[in-house]
Amino acid sequence: MKNTLIEIAARYGKDEARLMDILMDAQQALGYISKEAMEVIANELKISAADVEQTVSFYHFFARSPRGKYTIYLNNSVTSVMFGYQEIAEAFVKETGCQFGNTTSDGLIGLYHTACIGMSDQEPAAIINDKVFTRLTPSKVKEIVAGIKAGKKVEDLSVETGDGINAHPLVKSMVKNNIMRKGEVIFADYTLGTSLKKVAGMGTQDVINEVKNSNLRGRGGAGFPAGMKWEFCSKAEDTTRYVICNADEGEPGTFKDRVLLTEKAAQVFEGMAIGGYAVGAKLGILYLRAEYRYLKAYLESVLEEMRKNNLLGKGITGKAGFDFDIRIQFGAGAYVCGEESALIESAEGHRGEPRNRPPFPVTKGYLMKPTIVNNVETFCAVTRIIEKGSAWYTTLGTQSSAGTKVLSISGDCEKPGVYEIQWGMSIKEMLEMVGAKDTMAVQVAGPSGVCLNPAQFDRKIAFEDLPTGGSMIVIGKFRNLIRDVVLNFMEFFVEESCGSCVPCRSLNVVLKQRIEKIIAGNGTMEDLSELERLSKMLSMSTRCGLGQTSSNPILTTLQNFREQYEGLVRKDTDYISTFDMAASVKESCEYVDRKPNIH
Amino acid sequence: MSKPIVATTSLAGCFGCHMSILDIDDRILKLIELVEFNKSPVDDIKTFTKQCDIGIIEGGCCNSENVHVLKDFRKNCKILISLGECAIMGGLPALRNGIPVKECIEEAYLHGPTVDGVNTEKVLPNDDELPMILDRVYPCHEIVKIDYFLPGCPPRADLIWNAVAALVTGNEMELPYEVIKFD
Amino acid sequence: MSEKVNFTIDGKTLTGEKGRFIVDVAAEQGVYIPTLCHMKGEKPAGSCRICTVKVNGRAMAACTTPLEANMVIENNTPELAELRKVIVELLFVEGNHFCPSCEKSGNCELQAMGYRYQMMVPRFNYNFPYREVDASTPKIYLDRNRCIFCKKCVRAIKDPQGKNIFAFRNRGAHLEINMDLTLAAKMSDEQAKAAMDICPVGAILKKEIGFNVPIGQRKYDKVPIGSEIEKLSK
Repeated sequence: MKNTLIEIAARYGKDEARLMDILMDAQQALGYISKEAMEVIANELKISAADVEQTVSFYHFFARSPRGKYTIYLNNSVTSVMFGYQEIAEAFVKETGCQFGNTTSDGLIGLYHTACIGMSDQEPAAIINDKVFTRLTPSKVKEIVAGIKAGKKVEDLSVETGDGINAHPLVKSMVKNNIMRKGEVIFADYTLGTSLKKVAGMGTQDVINEVKNSNLRGRGGAGFPAGMKWEFCSKAEDTTRYVICNADEGEPGTFKDRVLLTEKAAQVFEGMAIGGYAVGAKLGILYLRAEYRYLKAYLESVLEEMRKNNLLGKGITGKAGFDFDIRIQFGAGAYVCGEESALIESAEGHRGEPRNRPPFPVTKGYLMKPTIVNNVETFCAVTRIIEKGSAWYTTLGTQSSAGTKVLSISGDCEKPGVYEIQWGMSIKEMLEMVGAKDTMAVQVAGPSGVCLNPAQFDRKIAFEDLPTGGSMIVIGKFRNLIRDVVLNFMEFFVEESCGSCVPCRSLNVVLKQRIEKIIAGNGTMEDLSELERLSKMLSMSTRCGLGQTSSNPILTTLQNFREQYEGLVRKDTDYISTFDMAASVKESCEYVDRKPNIH
Repeated sequence: MSKPIVATTSLAGCFGCHMSILDIDDRILKLIELVEFNKSPVDDIKTFTKQCDIGIIEGGCCNSENVHVLKDFRKNCKILISLGECAIMGGLPALRNGIPVKECIEEAYLHGPTVDGVNTEKVLPNDDELPMILDRVYPCHEIVKIDYFLPGCPPRADLIWNAVAALVTGNEMELPYEVIKFD
Repeated sequence: MSEKVNFTIDGKTLTGEKGRFIVDVAAEQGVYIPTLCHMKGEKPAGSCRICTVKVNGRAMAACTTPLEANMVIENNTPELAELRKVIVELLFVEGNHFCPSCEKSGNCELQAMGYRYQMMVPRFNYNFPYREVDASTPKIYLDRNRCIFCKKCVRAIKDPQGKNIFAFRNRGAHLEINMDLTLAAKMSDEQAKAAMDICPVGAILKKEIGFNVPIGQRKYDKVPIGSEIEKLSK
């Protein structure tokens, strides 16, 4: 063990900033990261073992004890729940003989939950040793577990392959792209390298101006003007600068970056290189969520191909001094790392705790150097903006929202998948496009967004009305909104809060408990006003975007579906005890061998 | 006009809060003028003989009998006060919360220093007459509605006096900094 | 560097150095903004959020927000007092804070906040989590039940090589304070005392002392937390 770890640490130059990679490799080699392993790593990196443990224990794909030769992570996100999660979970328990959160006694199979894995259009889905299994049915589960017990390799557990690059020999995945609508920007034909050749003949400020003039706004959801971000970074004092592509895509219901990286990876990388040229960075990092590790070999081959074609590396397109290369940094399971400063912390090998601002990443980002962090789709769009010009780009979309947007649409509709639309489409038009009928609600921009009722379906998808990173979940009339959607979202936020600030760590728990109380029929009108009060307090006082938006599922449904809450709470009393005598004496009575007498 | 009636009890507590009631010194004479006591260890009245105005609860609920008494108080008192840390947050007995009840019983009857080598038959008390042990110690307000909370271990006598006097006279309650303490 | 700018807190016009954190500038002029995780001069944690103030109408943490000219700051408002009380209550229910048995009682900043904001009972149910106490090192106890995750020990207490002795473990509601047992075993008496003193609560305690100041003479027995700052403006 020791020698393996020493070798792994050496592979990354014993650099503490590469701790995530070291841990990932250590886990691949040893199955899990033991206390002893942490001590060896700490020793090699000259940091304390507690420091190693704080990183290991932050990410849910890092295991501190064995999780089985085959580790099954079943997604429990809202769309998984909508399309049969319960049945699949039961099938896994039955077939493996293992409860969730445990490993079989022979150490063969570990069974765990995980949050949204970016497969909302093909749920229920699970990850087994980095391989994704989609549209699970109880019989598929049976087959998979039988295969595991027969000692099959993970890649042989299913012979199905998806469309496009998913069938590529380096991917061989059953994941489907489901590209339902190709727009003018992202999914249009493009000849690789065109834009890089063009920028090589431009001044850096000209590139920035072109992006600024295009009015391109960040596609991750926050919508910060990309050109302005680049300009800030290019003017920062420090001249060692970095480009980071945020491919952490963790917002439940979004999966478009997965499709872009499958089908348009080179176009994304080209966008990063353009960014590197514009801000004067030599290194780019693709921060990719661990859920997409099945794309690793393929993406590395794309990078290698680009290097061969002089689109990455030294003297790009033959221009002396245009040096830029990209490395892939994997996350290890933490939604909060989609927040740019948490992502940077993670890329530096730390816990994914968002930083306090100021300073902003454009002045002090990765390794405290000026850094631009942009979404996958943003870089993909940049490549096309440079090719076709900002004037062309601004003819698409609306006045304040230029261009197109790639939506990830899932839930109760006939045609879930990826749609590239022009900004300005109404929700009603969107529902028609995807074949949704009898819609009760649309969850726009994921759990951290808003939950709309039908009276609001005329609203438009645009920064000036309904901004979104692309997650759209259609919720049919037959669903139980509070139990299956709101509670699921609150469980998600409780699980994903980094915990470093009090309101987010603690108030999310309180809010979740209050929702459970209401669902159980123990809520009062006072609970409803308290929910609203506390939700607002949370959003106002917390440190980062996660906490600022984590009460949105409650706030927006309280506003738009209040009658559903009022139907659940008791109006005749202001106090309901949840104390249950029978339940609370059960264990002690059993243990001392007496019959509970409850009256 | 008849005097307001007060009842008190100690659930899973140490009687320290009751000692603090007595600690109001000579004001106790004034208290007797102001109120009448019903069920309480102070006068040794065991059961409620009439509806009371104020019920003062010391201690949290660690067993079924505590719950029973607490509910009885809620039924018979217009206003309930949680007096002291144990009533408010479980207090010392709640140090067992978070530890499985099985382990607690084992520690008390099988392995603890006071029973070591004594309980050779490994008897676990299970007579029907005994109160049943709850899975954890509950603060009183998780079982019934509590109207007022007076913290402290024990609550300062001045706090108790100020609170009871304010309730009985209808005057605004005074809360100087030094009377609200959690220890 | 030290450009002086005007700003107001609760309507009172003050002057302070631009770029310094609001909480420090305010404190020097007798305006108390409560803090639990703030350490003057250290990199801010921004984690307790009890110093939340409104700057030009927007809620900001006073310990991470640099002062700028003409800021209109609200501090003593009913809305912010309520938020601060909620934060104190959340801290009380998420851990196990049984004051009567804690050596830090009377000198504890969390408890003192409870007094300052007149917390009679938290409005939330207690979680009663199970958390381990570590008494295995020679100089200190680490009582995880009491930790409020201010990161003061993480930021300030290092071994001679600069390695962290304290660090977090897990995330979210499972967050715990942790220590490196090998490094903690080598702590000197002075360092153990420094760690205890820096801890706002009773999570880090030096062995062999405790309860050495009688009730009535402890830091917050007679005067509220923050009064040492507020008396500057009187």
